[in-house]
Amino acid sequence: MSEDSHLKNSIDLVAARAKLSGAGAPRLWQSLEQLSGTPQFQEFSEHEFPPSAGKGNSEINRRDVLKLMAASAALTGLSACTKLPTEKIVPYVRPPEEILAGRPLFYATSLFQAGVATGVLVESHTGRPTKIEGNPEHPGSLGSSDIFNQAAILNFWDPDRSQAVVYDGRLSTWSDFAASMGNARTLKGAGMRILTKTITSPTLGAQLRALLAQLPEAKWHQYEVSSGDSVREGARLAFGRPVNTVYHFDQADVIVSLDADFLTCGAGHVRYARDFGTRRDLSAGPASKLNRLYVAESMPTATGAVSDHRLPVRSADIDDLARQLAAAAGVGVPPSANASSKIPAAWVGAVGRDLAAHRGSSIVIAGEHQPPLVHALAHAINASLGNVGKTVVYTESIEASPVNQLESLRELVNDLNAGQVDFLVILGGNPVYDAPADFDFATAMQKAKLRVHSGLYHDETAELCHWHAPAAHSLESWSDGRAFDGTVGIVQPLIAPLYDGHSAHEVVALFTADAGKTGHELVRNFWQSQRPEKDKAFEALWETSLHDGLVSGTSLPAISVAPHADFMSLGRTEATSGDPSAIEVVFRPDPSVGDGEFSNNSWLQELPKPITRLTWDNAIMMGPATAQQLGVTTGDYLTLTLGGRRVDAGAYLVPGHADNSVTLHLGFGRARGGSVGTGPGFNSYLLRTSSAPWIAPGAQITKTGKKYAFASTQQQYNIDLDGHPVEEESSAAVGQGGEHGRDLVRIATMEEFSKDPSFAQNPDDENTKGLTIYPGYKYDSYAWGMSIDLNRCVGCNACVIACQSENNIAVVGKDQVARGRAMHWIRIDTYFRGNLDNPEMYYEPLPCMQCENAPCEYVCPVGATTHNAEGLNDMTYNRCVGTRYCSNNCPYKVRRFNFYLYSDYKTPSLYGMRNPNVTVRSRGVMEKCTYCVQRINAAKIRSEEENRLIRDGEIITACQSACPTEAIVFGNINDPTSKVAKLKAQTRDYGLLEDLNTRPRTTYLARVRNPNPEIHS
Amino acid sequence: MPQIFHRSTNFISRLTIYGAVVILGALGYALYTIAMSPWYTQQNVKRQQPVPFSHRHHAGELGIDCRYCHTSVEKSSFAGVPPTQTCMTCHSQIWTNASMLEPVRASYRDDKSIEWVRVNALPDFVYFDHSIHVAKGVGCTTCHGQIAEMPLTQRAGTLYMSWCLECHRQPEKYLRPKSEVFNPYYDPPSGAKQIELGKKLMAEYHVQSLQTCSTCHR
Repeated sequence: MSEDSHLKNSIDLVAARAKLSGAGAPRLWQSLEQLSGTPQFQEFSEHEFPPSAGKGNSEINRRDVLKLMAASAALTGLSACTKLPTEKIVPYVRPPEEILAGRPLFYATSLFQAGVATGVLVESHTGRPTKIEGNPEHPGSLGSSDIFNQAAILNFWDPDRSQAVVYDGRLSTWSDFAASMGNARTLKGAGMRILTKTITSPTLGAQLRALLAQLPEAKWHQYEVSSGDSVREGARLAFGRPVNTVYHFDQADVIVSLDADFLTCGAGHVRYARDFGTRRDLSAGPASKLNRLYVAESMPTATGAVSDHRLPVRSADIDDLARQLAAAAGVGVPPSANASSKIPAAWVGAVGRDLAAHRGSSIVIAGEHQPPLVHALAHAINASLGNVGKTVVYTESIEASPVNQLESLRELVNDLNAGQVDFLVILGGNPVYDAPADFDFATAMQKAKLRVHSGLYHDETAELCHWHAPAAHSLESWSDGRAFDGTVGIVQPLIAPLYDGHSAHEVVALFTADAGKTGHELVRNFWQSQRPEKDKAFEALWETSLHDGLVSGTSLPAISVAPHADFMSLGRTEATSGDPSAIEVVFRPDPSVGDGEFSNNSWLQELPKPITRLTWDNAIMMGPATAQQLGVTTGDYLTLTLGGRRVDAGAYLVPGHADNSVTLHLGFGRARGGSVGTGPGFNSYLLRTSSAPWIAPGAQITKTGKKYAFASTQQQYNIDLDGHPVEEESSAAVGQGGEHGRDLVRIATMEEFSKDPSFAQNPDDENTKGLTIYPGYKYDSYAWGMSIDLNRCVGCNACVIACQSENNIAVVGKDQVARGRAMHWIRIDTYFRGNLDNPEMYYEPLPCMQCENAPCEYVCPVGATTHNAEGLNDMTYNRCVGTRYCSNNCPYKVRRFNFYLYSDYKTPSLYGMRNPNVTVRSRGVMEKCTYCVQRINAAKIRSEEENRLIRDGEIITACQSACPTEAIVFGNINDPTSKVAKLKAQTRDYGLLEDLNTRPRTTYLARVRNPNPEIHS
Repeated sequence: MPQIFHRSTNFISRLTIYGAVVILGALGYALYTIAMSPWYTQQNVKRQQPVPFSHRHHAGELGIDCRYCHTSVEKSSFAGVPPTQTCMTCHSQIWTNASMLEPVRASYRDDKSIEWVRVNALPDFVYFDHSIHVAKGVGCTTCHGQIAEMPLTQRAGTLYMSWCLECHRQPEKYLRPKSEVFNPYYDPPSGAKQIELGKKLMAEYHVQSLQTCSTCHR
């Protein structure tokens, strides 16, 4: 963006606060830019709602328009005159079993995040994996998934993946590599160190133990950024050993999250979101028993946004809050060293009483980035409240070797610096990039005489290694791994390795007597040795396990542990807090690209992050009060100094961020991140040290005077008229619903809902019903509709990536996103209510509404978007000539236009990834959500062939399938017994902008909050 | 005022006007003829294949069922082109030395696919499904023509959208009993009788006249 666009983006917080406290305060607001009426916001909104539309523009006259139209019509016609190219059909020589060209197969396997396995089903078209879904049988998924699992398919097909064995900068071969590694065995492991990430694979664990037995002088280290060191150490502090905690959110009436984003991060989050969603169900009306969620956190997260009470508090002050809650729950604790923190006593009191009233049906959960002591306190509170064994269950650790990974890496670095390491093998991971800055891993590592790296990318670490061997992706290798509850999933390959990659199993085997064995042999042999079944019985078990994606009966049994009475004295009292007015830095894995593992994934880079809706960047995130104090606004380029280390980065204001705290997301500023990952954002690892890996006090922030341009989608596709410069007459003409504005998100508290179950119904919606000059459509077979439950949606973005993967949606890049051209067919609109410092937050997922009176259809001059017999607004890409009239006329702003050739037609490896049942759109074509019409058609064909009707639930759209909370339900509304019809019959059901008489097929179930009457927020 | 133009110029102006109509008409006709010509549509154009496979011999004279080779026609969108193994089920026993079949043997020996030239191709934005058509009583020869009489395979229709819509608008004109779907010599009843049969089959097989865009385009 140009320099003046930065100037336009100057937020006036004083004006924003004045507007919110004034008489004409908007009921809901979307951005600080909107409240302060920045020129940039005006510009965006003028594009959406031109104040002078229809008044004529003198620059182009009617004749020129006609001339241009005639010329373009002629040219369009000519361009259609192409002969189809001659194609070849290349059949198999010997056909493989089961494969039918044109019919996909699904295989069950597992994918890993920080070592924890989640079951998935992968769709395969004639041997090409194209789409990832959750595995309904797997306890960690129950059929749902998240952004990382959905986007893993792009990582798999990523053309930037490392493709060859490299030795000393030159191409080599796997056999040379294997021979060279084999020599290491003769050394008995002297000076050998192996560095892995977190390992839950029973096979790999056994292999590494065998290696250490065979090479007794070798050592095994583990390091991963999001390894959950605090979780492990917290359990060790409380119970004396690192047990694994499993939560049952479906049993919990009251949940207190101490900086834990348990719905989108950490072990088991997909399952936890599902369980949480079941307690947000209101199908029984006001009699439903909603849970209540309290979240205390600094940076607003997806979990914080769906809470009933959110307390913005510095991360360092969570310790104080935990102690106060523990004291309220009857756990004997000394007060915090940081008693000067600003935790409101009334809040703690009310939460404490609520917890006490729900003994055995509550959960206190600590965030994985909080210090171990907070975890130990959470364990003690749960024990004291009698939650253990009910909502909180302990099992043995799911890891092969649970160690404190930061200390493990420290030990390795010390050994390296002491010159004790001759031979360093790094399996996965990128410590040169993500190790704590004070370790200076790059320098230390180069003291090892021979360095070997196996990874998916030739990254920062690979560059400094002698050998680099490409790793095999989970979709192309054999492995196994444990889920959050210990259930073992078998990882099976969907395809032979694309680039001669080898799994960690095969690399580790090179150092042992198993050298040369394939991953399949290693994993199968291990399980054969573990199971009592022999021969045929084992064969049957193996086949069943592969089919189901898990080995049944392997979830870990609950164990009984009680917290030490004196754990407080054992815990290191973290001196993290200090002066409450000093600014703390909070490090977090990025909500989209994680710790950097996904930084070369363009889907995730372009995904608007929850709440901030920022794409392609990280930033110095801060709250409005801190920004005011520092005189900083969004886009100011700042210098942040922390303990003598500094980074320069742009500031980004986040409503609801705790004061005196800034959040930096990790995973950006890569030096060798691939063609996508190299470039975006800044490297916050440069500030992160081993002494304060997550919360670091004492940051100094100064302005550089320069500006930085962000690409956030928060101000785009704005369909709310609040704050728009719309003229009186036109706002009346579009039927603005009186005092409620456009009333896009309808909200009530449980109390209000009990009094008026129909609160979401607005009589104005009915005024225009039936008014049309067109004859109505008859839907006498199926009528497809969708219901989105705002009470269940947790804003995790899984639907957005699932849609992108299913529908071959292109990425456009930061510059195009900034111009409002992101292509996502479903977006998560985010609204705020209340003051800047602690607003309530609301999500609204917005796909195409599939209007029955669709404004887009009337204006298409070429019949490219038409109404279908089942009520869909069909979009025929090959007919579209790109007038964009439909998009102009769409009140929901859900249509997306290919301004350039966004789809990558050139990279061969991406051909394999695409859904063969959806057209890849070219330049000049409009596109939009079609309710996954390819899935509707497939189900229709199947049902017609079997002479029956489509069963309810047979068609699951991509967004619905991914949704962990089952917020999205699709089906036939003509069938009153269908799930969707029943949901639409609820009193909470309402449509967006129904006063425009669009009759949307996608409707919403209004949000009902369940606040604690004791707390007035 | 004297006339500026001589009377004869009336003729020129008439000629220009009528000429323009005729020329535009002729141009339109020429374009239409080109668009419908075998050169452009590839209709009735025999394709040279690596092996001169004859449907006349196999499907006609020998009476091999369509589904012996096109195995997925009842289950998938794609009817399936037989793998070399299917050819070799017979040709490992008969005509084992025929030079014409050398590419087939070579393919089986070297594990390299035979690259057939595609005869019936639709644009990539059209999603046609064989299984549903076969299940609803659309015969193979309805679209693929007199396949049992083709020594070398050729396209029997233009495969234009208008050609598809002929049947999608009036399925009764083309439907046949399911038992006759794979009969390459099926002789439909003529005129009114076919319409009567077609209407009966439409009701029996639950055949709909699907004309919405997303039926084929997505």
